[in-house]
Amino acid sequence: MSEYLLEMQGISKVFPGVQALSKVDFQLRAGEIHALLGENGAGKSTLIKVLGGIYRPEEGEIRINGQQVSITDVNSARANGISIIHQELVLVPHMTVAENIFLGQEPTTRFGVNHGKMARDAQRMLDRFELGIEAESRVVDLSIAQQQMVEIVKAISFNCRILVMDEPTSSISDREVAALFEIMRNLAARGVGIIYISHKMSELYEVCDRVTVLRDGLFIGTREVVPGNRDELISMMVGRELSKYYVRDYCESQEVVLRCEKLDDGNRKHKRVHEVSFEVRRGEIVGFAGLVGAGRSEAMQCLFGITPGSTGDVYIEGKKVRIRNAVDAMGYGIAMVPENRKLQALYHVQNVRFNSTIEVLEKFINKLRVDHQLEASITQESIDKMRTKTPSQEQVISNLSGGNQQKVVIGRWLATTPKVLIMDEPTRGVDVGAKAEIYEIMNNLTKQGVSIIMISSELPEIINMSDRVYVMCEGRITGCIPHQELSQERIMHLATLEMTGGQAV
Amino acid sequence: MTQKSQSVKQFSTSGFLKSLKRYIKDNLGILCALIAMILILYIHPTTHNTFLTKNNIFNVLRQSTPNLLLACGMTMVIILGGIDLSVGSIIAMSGCLGAGAVVWGGMPEIVGILVAIFSGLAFGLCNGFIIAITKIPPFIVTLASMNVAKGIAYVFSGGKPIRCMTEPWKFLGAGYVRFSESFQIPVPVVTMFVIFLVSVLFLNRTRIGRHIYAVGGNDTAARFSGISTAKVKFVVYSFSGLMAGLAGITIASRLYSGTCTSGDGAEMDAIAAVVVGGTSMAGGSGRLGGTLIGVLIIGILNNGLNLLGINSDWQYIIKGLVILLAVYVDFLRSTKKK
Repeated sequence: MSEYLLEMQGISKVFPGVQALSKVDFQLRAGEIHALLGENGAGKSTLIKVLGGIYRPEEGEIRINGQQVSITDVNSARANGISIIHQELVLVPHMTVAENIFLGQEPTTRFGVNHGKMARDAQRMLDRFELGIEAESRVVDLSIAQQQMVEIVKAISFNCRILVMDEPTSSISDREVAALFEIMRNLAARGVGIIYISHKMSELYEVCDRVTVLRDGLFIGTREVVPGNRDELISMMVGRELSKYYVRDYCESQEVVLRCEKLDDGNRKHKRVHEVSFEVRRGEIVGFAGLVGAGRSEAMQCLFGITPGSTGDVYIEGKKVRIRNAVDAMGYGIAMVPENRKLQALYHVQNVRFNSTIEVLEKFINKLRVDHQLEASITQESIDKMRTKTPSQEQVISNLSGGNQQKVVIGRWLATTPKVLIMDEPTRGVDVGAKAEIYEIMNNLTKQGVSIIMISSELPEIINMSDRVYVMCEGRITGCIPHQELSQERIMHLATLEMTGGQAV
Repeated sequence: MTQKSQSVKQFSTSGFLKSLKRYIKDNLGILCALIAMILILYIHPTTHNTFLTKNNIFNVLRQSTPNLLLACGMTMVIILGGIDLSVGSIIAMSGCLGAGAVVWGGMPEIVGILVAIFSGLAFGLCNGFIIAITKIPPFIVTLASMNVAKGIAYVFSGGKPIRCMTEPWKFLGAGYVRFSESFQIPVPVVTMFVIFLVSVLFLNRTRIGRHIYAVGGNDTAARFSGISTAKVKFVVYSFSGLMAGLAGITIASRLYSGTCTSGDGAEMDAIAAVVVGGTSMAGGSGRLGGTLIGVLIIGILNNGLNLLGINSDWQYIIKGLVILLAVYVDFLRSTKKK
C-alpha cells in the first residue's frame, strides 16, 4: 500500500495558446483535508477537471492507492471513487431531496422507481450527518447551505473516497460554514480524502491539514497548515513578497459628506432595515460589519433608491435631498458596487467596453450620434486606472477572471465620478493579488476625497481598511467603532448583540 | 500595451469600410447562405430568366416588407429577453379596423390608416404596460393579447374580408414612388428602408437602445445601473405593436381588403428571421443587420420555391429545414470562436 490515497504526478495540460498545467504534482492522504490554493487562472480548476475526467492531460499519471488508473470520463472518475462538488449547484430544484440524491441511479422494482426505498435510503444518509433535512422536501424549499449539504450527501452516496469541493462557502453564512466544516471533519475521520478549493485564507487555517499552491499552471509547493505561515502562503501564491497587503492612510477630515437618518425599508414581510442612521466624512472608509442577513446591503439599497417604499432622510453635504431611484442617487454623486457581481452587476454576454460605460452613456451618446472614440477612451481610462488585465476592450466580460471582472465593475462606477462610493463585498470571489490592488485603489480614492462605504464579511478587511466601523445586527446599528479601537471581539460582540437579548452589555 | 493602443487607433480611423468589414465578419455564415441561395436561383434553368429581374427583386422586397417591420420590433423584444407572439394577430386586427373605418365608417383613407396603425400601437402599449408592471412572463402576456387581437378581428369583420379598393387606400401597399419616367420604387420597399433605418438609429445610437441590451443581458444589474427597466420594456413592446399595426395596414392595402386571416403565423416568420440573423433567444445580444439578412433569406426562399413551382405544402418542410441549418451553422461558428 502506498502512503497516499491519490497521487497525481507530472500532470500537463495544454489549451490552444495556454499551458494550463505544466508537470504538476499533487498528493492526497486518506483522511486529510487538503487545500488547493492559487489565484484565478492558476490552474486549480483545470487540475480538478483532469481528476474528474472532464479534461484529459497530455502528460502525467494518476495513481490511487498506489495503482495507476486511467480516468477517461466522468463515469470512470466515479468508478474510482472520485466525486466533485462544483461551485455552482447542480441540483434539480423542483424534485425532492431523495430524487436528487439518487438521480440517474434510482433503485427500481419491476414497475419502475422504488420511491419508498429511495426515500428511506436518502433519509438514512441525511440522518447519518444529523442534517435535519427531510428526504421528501423539495430542493427549492431548502436554503443554499442546505442544498450544499444535499450535494455532499449526493456526492458520497456512492462509494466515494476522494471528495473535491470547489469554493463551497462562497454563498453561505458563517454559521452554515461552521456546519459544513463539521461535516468535512466527520467525512475525513471516516477516511475520505478531501480536496478543498477556497479563496478564504481564514477557512484554510480552520479546517485544512495541508495546502498545495499553484501559480500560472506550475506546482509551487505543498506545506503543512501551521499558524504563522500565512504570509509565506500568500507570497507563494502571488509570486512576490507582500510587503504591505492592506494599504491605508487614515483620514483626518471632519467634514460630513453624507448623513442618513432613520433609513427604513418600510412595511414588508421580511423587514431588514430598522431606522438606520449614520454619517460619512470626506475621504473616509466607513466599514459596515455584521453577520450575513444583518441588513447591511439592504440599508445601502434603501440609500441608493432601489428599494421601493423605503423611508428616511438623506443629507448630502448638509443639504437634504430626495432619492427616489438610482438615477437620483447617481445625480447626487453616490455610486454602488453591488454585492453579487454575477447577479447584480455584470452584463455577461457583453464586452468590457459595454460593461465599462453603461452608466455614463450620456457622455458619448447624444442626438443620434455615438462618439466611439470617446467611448473607447473612457473605457481605456477605466482599464488603466484599475489595472484591469484584459486582452482588449472587445473581450466578453465573462471570459475575464473574477478579480478583473470586479475591477471593470468598480471602474464603471468610478467613471461616474462619485463623491460617495458604496462597495458591497468589494473583494468577494477575487484572488489575493487583485485584492491587494483593489485595497490600494480604495486608499488612493480616499486621498482624492472620495468617501467609501464598505460592506464586508471579512473581518481582517474591515479592521485593516476602515476609519470607522458601524456594526449592524438584525436590521439595526448596534455600535460604531473608530479604527484605533477595532478588534474582532468587539465587532463580533456587537454583531450578535440582539441575539443574546442585549444582555451582553 | 500594444494591444491597448491598437484598439484606440482602430476607432480613430473608423469609417464606412471598417464597419462594412465588421458587418461581413459578424454575419459571414448567413451572408454565405444568402449568396448561395441567390446563385442557385440564378443558375437554375427554371429561374434563370426570372429571378434576377428588376420586377422580381422588387417583388421579393415588397413581400418581405411586413416581415421586416415585425422583425425590427421582434429583434428589440428578443434582445430584451422577451418574445412578442401577438404581432401576427395585430396584423389581422389592424387591417380589419382600418378597412372597416373607411368602408363602413365612411372616413377618409388617411383616418383608416391611422386607425390601423394606432390600434397596433395600442396593443403594444398594453403588452408593454402589463409586462413592465407585473411579473407575468412576456410569453403569456402576448399569448393572451394574440388571442384578444385575433378575436377582435373576427368579431369586427364578421369573418369576411372588408373590401376597400380606392386609390389612396392602395397606395401604402401597392403604390409606387416615382423618381423618373422609367424608375419607380414600390411604396412598401420605401417603408421597409425607412423603418429599418429608424430602427437601426434607435437601437444603436440612443441611450435607450443601449439600455435594451443592458436589461436583456441582466435585468437586476440594469436596476443597479440606474436604468428604468419598466420604461425600457414599455417602449420596446409599444414599438413592436406599432410595427405590427404598420405591417397590418401595408398588407390590407396590398390585398385591397382587411382580412381576419391575414398575418396568420407572421410572428413565427419574424422570430425565424431574427434567430437566423444571429440574435440569441437568451437576450442581451443581437444586431438588426443580421435580422435584415434573415428577412431576406426567408423572403428569397419563399419567392424561389414559388418560382421553382414547388408545392406550397413542401415549402413548409424546406423552410423549416433551412432555418434549422442556418442557425446550426451560425452556432458552430460562434462556438468555435470561443
